[in-house]
Amino acid sequence: MNKDIYRKPLFKANPITVLVLGVCSSLAVTVQLKGAIVMALSVTLVTGFSSMIISMLRNTIPNRIRIIVQLVIVAMFVILIDQFLKAYAYDVSKQLSVYIGLIITNCIIMGRIEAFALGNKPVPSLVDGLANGFGYGMVLVLLAFIRELFGSGTLFGYQIIPQSWYVANGGFYENNGLMILPPMALILVGCIIWIQRSAQKDLQEQ
Amino acid sequence: MQDYISLFVKSIFVDNMVFAFFLGMCSYLAVSKNVKTAAGLGVAVIFVLGVTLPINYLLDKYILSAGALSWLNPEYASVDLSFLSFIVFIAVVASITQIVEMVVEKFSPGLYSSLGIFLPLIAVNCAILGGSLFMQKRGYETLGEATVYGLGSGFGWFLAIILIAAIREKLSYSNVPKPLKGLGISFIITGLMGIAFMSFMGIKL
Repeated sequence: MNKDIYRKPLFKANPITVLVLGVCSSLAVTVQLKGAIVMALSVTLVTGFSSMIISMLRNTIPNRIRIIVQLVIVAMFVILIDQFLKAYAYDVSKQLSVYIGLIITNCIIMGRIEAFALGNKPVPSLVDGLANGFGYGMVLVLLAFIRELFGSGTLFGYQIIPQSWYVANGGFYENNGLMILPPMALILVGCIIWIQRSAQKDLQEQ
Repeated sequence: MQDYISLFVKSIFVDNMVFAFFLGMCSYLAVSKNVKTAAGLGVAVIFVLGVTLPINYLLDKYILSAGALSWLNPEYASVDLSFLSFIVFIAVVASITQIVEMVVEKFSPGLYSSLGIFLPLIAVNCAILGGSLFMQKRGYETLGEATVYGLGSGFGWFLAIILIAAIREKLSYSNVPKPLKGLGISFIITGLMGIAFMSFMGIKL
């Protein structure tokens, strides 16, 4: 199998920072690391398996109605994940609220199905889907790490910044409240893109 | 009436789809290079949101939510189909966009040539499905409220994409650091616009 299939989506063709797919959900769920990891796992699984199923069906789906067929298959996987989370991780499911449902319209999934799964065999499609989900998850976890650490001083809900540092306890430190607010996620993604494109000059736009 | 107006204003400014919930970011960033195409996509989003939300509201109220089937037969009061809502909502959105595309193509070729390419894109725009899911989550009471919410949030999205497109048109003349050009600066500007829009959050309606 071509190694590019699983290597490219991690950096060179990262879904978020290079292809700009699936940005919607990535920003909203990155206030806390826990939610981000659950989201990353869910998206990876849904992307991988729906790519595989679509790839198996690719010669039987009529072209005109393919979007609806794809959406229904993706929706089925998302319902499974939603029900699973509701049963076993209710607090995370509450925290992610509508964004679990919005995995259906996550552009990464549709993008990979349209660009890869419709023209390739099931196993490479599965690998491609999983790798893209992983590339997405990496950015998500990085964002959540920065936002949770600087925004609330915790990681996974555990206090990381010592309590004695805070101004309230006579220290010098205060949490950056802006980190938790929605706009900061956008600015952080902009900065990540900035860093990546400074390193990889061929990605720069003219 | 006043409720509807305040809901409309609230869904445009306070609960703006793009700046408060990041919905529809993909097409927002991809199709905002010039104002004209951005306006086309924005109008299509308003239209599809305004049509799908009432339909999904009725489906939710009379078929999907817990005990909703009791109008059919009192025995069905214990049936809860809400786990099916994702699949039903997305099927409605996808088929409505398909129908709208065909109708527009048939009756208004002029509009089709300017809107047509965006309509298939809209089926996978998170703002549309997000509208339906938020409507279900917040439990809007009447058909009117659902419609007003749909139109309002569509209008908010339209406003956001027009604004960023206008800024990006001007931006092409400015001297942005090379690695930040295009995508990077659009993200940062959207963030700054989001901060500006946050000033509406204090408004109680």
